[in-house]
Amino acid sequence: MSKENIKNLEEMTFYPAGPLNQFLVQIGRVVEVDGQQIAVFRLSDDRIFAVLNRTPHPKGGPLAEGIVSGHYLYDPLYDWKIDLTTGLVQAPDTGQVQIFPVKVEGDQVFIATENLQKA
Amino acid sequence: MGKDREKLVVIGNGMAGISAVEQILKLTTKFDITVIGSEPHPNYNRIMLSYVLEGSKTIDDIVLNDLGWYKDNGITLHMGRAVAKIDELNKEVITIDGLKVPFDKVIIATGSNSFILPIPGSDKEGVVGFRDIADCNQMLDAAKCYKKAAVIGGGLLGLEAAKGLVQLGMDVTVVHLMEDLMERQLDHQAASMLKAELERQGIKFKMGAQTVELLGDARVSGLRFADDTVLDAEFVVMTVGIKPNITVAKDSGIEVNRGIVVNDYLQTSMEGVYSVGECTEHRGTCYGLVAPLFEQGMILAKHISGVETVPYEGSIVSTKLKISGVDVFSTGEFIDGPEHTVIANKDDWKRTYKKIILKDNVMVGAVLFGDITDSAQLQKLIKLKTVMTDDLYASLMGTGCCGGEGKKGISVDTMSNDEIVCGCNGVTKGTIVDVITNQGLTTVDEIKACTGATRSCGGCKPVVEQILQYVLGDEFKTAAKQGICGCTTLSRDEIVAEIKDKGLQTTKEVMNVLGWSQTEGCSKCRPAINYYLGMIYPDTHEDEKQSRFVNERMNANIQKDGTYTVVPRMYGGVTTPEDLKKIADVSLKYDVKVVKVTGGQRLDLIGVKKEDLPKVWEELDMPSGYAYAKSLRTVKTCVGSQFCRFGTQDSMGMGAILERKFERLDFPAKFKLAVNGCPRNCAESCTKDIGIVGNDGGWEIFVGGNGGIKARLADSLCKVKTDEELIEICGAIMQFYRETGNYLERTSEWVERIGLDHIKAVIVDDIEGRKALMERIEFALKQVEDPWKKALRDKEQTGKLFNGLEMSNQL
Repeated sequence: MSKENIKNLEEMTFYPAGPLNQFLVQIGRVVEVDGQQIAVFRLSDDRIFAVLNRTPHPKGGPLAEGIVSGHYLYDPLYDWKIDLTTGLVQAPDTGQVQIFPVKVEGDQVFIATENLQKA
Repeated sequence: MGKDREKLVVIGNGMAGISAVEQILKLTTKFDITVIGSEPHPNYNRIMLSYVLEGSKTIDDIVLNDLGWYKDNGITLHMGRAVAKIDELNKEVITIDGLKVPFDKVIIATGSNSFILPIPGSDKEGVVGFRDIADCNQMLDAAKCYKKAAVIGGGLLGLEAAKGLVQLGMDVTVVHLMEDLMERQLDHQAASMLKAELERQGIKFKMGAQTVELLGDARVSGLRFADDTVLDAEFVVMTVGIKPNITVAKDSGIEVNRGIVVNDYLQTSMEGVYSVGECTEHRGTCYGLVAPLFEQGMILAKHISGVETVPYEGSIVSTKLKISGVDVFSTGEFIDGPEHTVIANKDDWKRTYKKIILKDNVMVGAVLFGDITDSAQLQKLIKLKTVMTDDLYASLMGTGCCGGEGKKGISVDTMSNDEIVCGCNGVTKGTIVDVITNQGLTTVDEIKACTGATRSCGGCKPVVEQILQYVLGDEFKTAAKQGICGCTTLSRDEIVAEIKDKGLQTTKEVMNVLGWSQTEGCSKCRPAINYYLGMIYPDTHEDEKQSRFVNERMNANIQKDGTYTVVPRMYGGVTTPEDLKKIADVSLKYDVKVVKVTGGQRLDLIGVKKEDLPKVWEELDMPSGYAYAKSLRTVKTCVGSQFCRFGTQDSMGMGAILERKFERLDFPAKFKLAVNGCPRNCAESCTKDIGIVGNDGGWEIFVGGNGGIKARLADSLCKVKTDEELIEICGAIMQFYRETGNYLERTSEWVERIGLDHIKAVIVDDIEGRKALMERIEFALKQVEDPWKKALRDKEQTGKLFNGLEMSNQL
C-alpha cells in the first residue's frame, strides 16, 4: 500500500460490523449496509478481510460462499481465485473485486465503507 | 506449388494410405500430394467403429486426420470421389466422374470390401457388411426399428458387431459355419471360453450352421440353413470375410491375384505405382488387420522418398478383440500340432487362459483369454523368435510357489527404434524417444498430444510409460507425476494410504504432514480430502464445513443470482396430496420463483433466499433430497406390479426401500438409482449408477450408466433372485465405489477404470467380501443424520451460516 493510502486509512471512519465470534473461521458472512452487501472473511489466522459481495466474473453472483485458503478465496460459482488482500483475480482469469479496510478492536470487527457506492 | 515437385496421387483415404502419407511427410517435402477417397469423410480409425456402434465413442472421436490436417500439409483432398483407373500412358489418375489428376507416383490404398455370401437373397434390404461409417449408421438405424438381428460370421468383426447390436437393444444371434468362434485366431479352449462369456453378455449363437438363403420379400425376414431350419431376422450383418478392393488396379492392367501383387518394396507391376494395406497381396498373403499396414507403409514411405530401407518380409499378426470386458489376444501360431511344445494354464475360477506355443524351444505363438496384460510382451518375444529359458518361464508363468513374482515388463531397451508401439496410430519407439529427448516431454499425456500414441484404444499405454521411464531414468518419478491438484504431487491412492498409515484426522493435518505447496489447499483438494477422511473414519471424522463446496455446506443448490433451490425427498418418486399441499403453501409463502419437476421425479423449489432456507426446511418438515450433494440423489421408479399390468416386481416399493436405506451417505460423486418393474425399463436403468430391472422371479442389476456429459450405457453386473440379495449387492457396490473411487469420479468412469470383471469378482463372486463391504456401509449409515433437521437443531451455527449481519454507517 502506498503512503497516500495509509494516510487515507487513518482518516477513514470505521463502523462496527459485529462481534468477532459472529464470523466463522474460513466461512464468509454477508454484512448489509445501505442496501449493499459486503462479504466478510475470517482467515485461519483470525485476520479479517472485507470485499464487495459480487464476483468480477461477467456473469455475476455472490462471493461470500467461496472456499477460503490462506488469504485466497475460490469463487463459489466460477472457481476464480481471488486475493483477499488486494481484490485481484489470479491468473489465468483477470479482474478485481472492491476491497474495504477492516480493523478488529477488542472483540469487535470494524469496516470502513467510504468507497461503497450507494445502491 | 513448385513445378519441380513430383506429383503423388494416393487412391484411398483410409488408414493405410494416410499413414503412408504421414510417414512420407516426415521424410521428404519433394511431393505435391493429392488424396482421392470414395467415402465422404476425412481419414478415420476404422478399427474403432466397434466403439461407435457400442456407443462409447462418436464418429468425431475416431477421426484421425481432420480437414485442417490436409490443409496444413498442403494436401489436395477429394472426398466422396471414386477412381475409375490409372492411365499409365498419359500418367493420369481418372475418377469415375471424369476428373483427371496427373501423377509421377501413385499409391493404391483402396482397402477391402465386406465379402457378401453369394446366396439367394443376399441383395435384400436390411443386409449389410461392417466396414465403414455408412454400415455403422445403418446398424444404428436398424436398432431403432427392428428387434431381431443375425450376424453371419463369428470372427473378430462379427462378434464386435453382435455386441454392438446387443448394446443397442437388439436380440442378436451369431451364425457361424465352424464349431469354434474366431477359429483363425483362437484355439478351441479360448474359443469356448469366449463363447461362454459372450453368452453371459446376451449374445446368442448358432454354431456349425451354413446359411444357404436369406428369406423375405423386399426386406430380409430370416435365414435358411443347410439343414432346412430357419432363423427369424429383420436385419442381417455379414461378416464372413473381406475381399481386397482391387477393381482400380485390375481395370488399369496391374497384376492382381486375390490382392494387388507387390514386391518387397510394395511396388506393383506398373512403374511408379505402389500398393499398401488390405488391398495388397505380398508373398501370397493379404492381411486384414491393422499392424501390417503400418509396417508396409513405413517401408513404402522410405522407398518412395529415396531413403534406404530393409525389404518388407511379411508381418506376424496378432489380434485383440475390442469388446468391453472381454479380453482376448492371440499372436503367431495358435493351434498346436505334434511338432510343438505347449505351455498352458487354464483357470476356470478367474476365467483366464494362457497358452504359449514353442517349436524347438523357440516361442512361435500365444493365446490369452481373460487377462491380457502380457500381450505386448508376448507379441515382442514371438516376433523376435525368442528361445524359452527357465527365467523367462518363471517371469511369464510364475514360479509356481508365489505366483509370478519378480515379473518383468518388456525390455524396451532392446526394442528397435522403428518398432511400432502404438498400432492404432503407427507411432514408433523412435518417435516417442525423440519427443522425450528433444522436446522435453515428461508425461504420457504430453506424448499423446504430440505423437498420437495411446490416443485411440490406449492398449499401448504401459509400453509408452516404460519408454518414458527408460529414457528419463531417475527423473521419471518426479517429472512424470501428477497429483490430485496443483498443491501436491501425490495421487488419490497415495493420499488415502498415508491417511490410514499415519492416522491423519483433518484436512489441515493431511496437508501439513504430506507437504502441500499451498498450505491450506485449494477448492479441488480440500473437498476431496474431507471426503476421503469421512470415508475412512465414518464415526470419528468431524465434517469440515469450510472444506465443503457451497452447495454441500448450505445443503441447497446455489443459483447464479445467489438464491438457492430446495428439493425435498420423495422416496421412489412417490408423494402424497398432503406433501404437495405443504410444498405449495411454502412456495407461496416464501415467494419461490419456479416450481419445477426434476429429471429425477421430484419437485424443485427454485429461487429461495439464503436466509429463508432454514425456515423453508422447517415448514416443509420433509427430509432433504440431497439434490446438492455427492451422495444418493434420486431413485427413479416406474409404476411396477402394484398397478401396472406388465409389472413383474414392485419397483415403487423397492425404490423407496433402497432410497431410505442408502440416503445421506457421502459418495465420491453424485449417485443415481433406478428401479424398474419389468424389462420395458420405463425408469431408464441404463443411464443410472445402479440400474435395477425386475423380471419374473428376480432382479437384474446394472452398473456404471450415465446420461450426462459423456453418456454411457450401464453394464449388466448380475441377476439375483431375492430382495435381500438385491439390497446387499447394491450396498456392496456403493461401498466398494466409496472406498476406491476418485473424488468427483462418476461410476461410469470408475467401472471403466477398475474393470467390470474386477467389480464382479469383488461384489458377485466373493460372497465373504461382499458381506464385509455391506457391514462397512451399514456402519457408515449409522452415523448420518438429516442435514436440514441438524441445521434447525443447531440454531446458533445455522444463524452464522445463513443470516447476514446489518451494519449502519452512522456512528
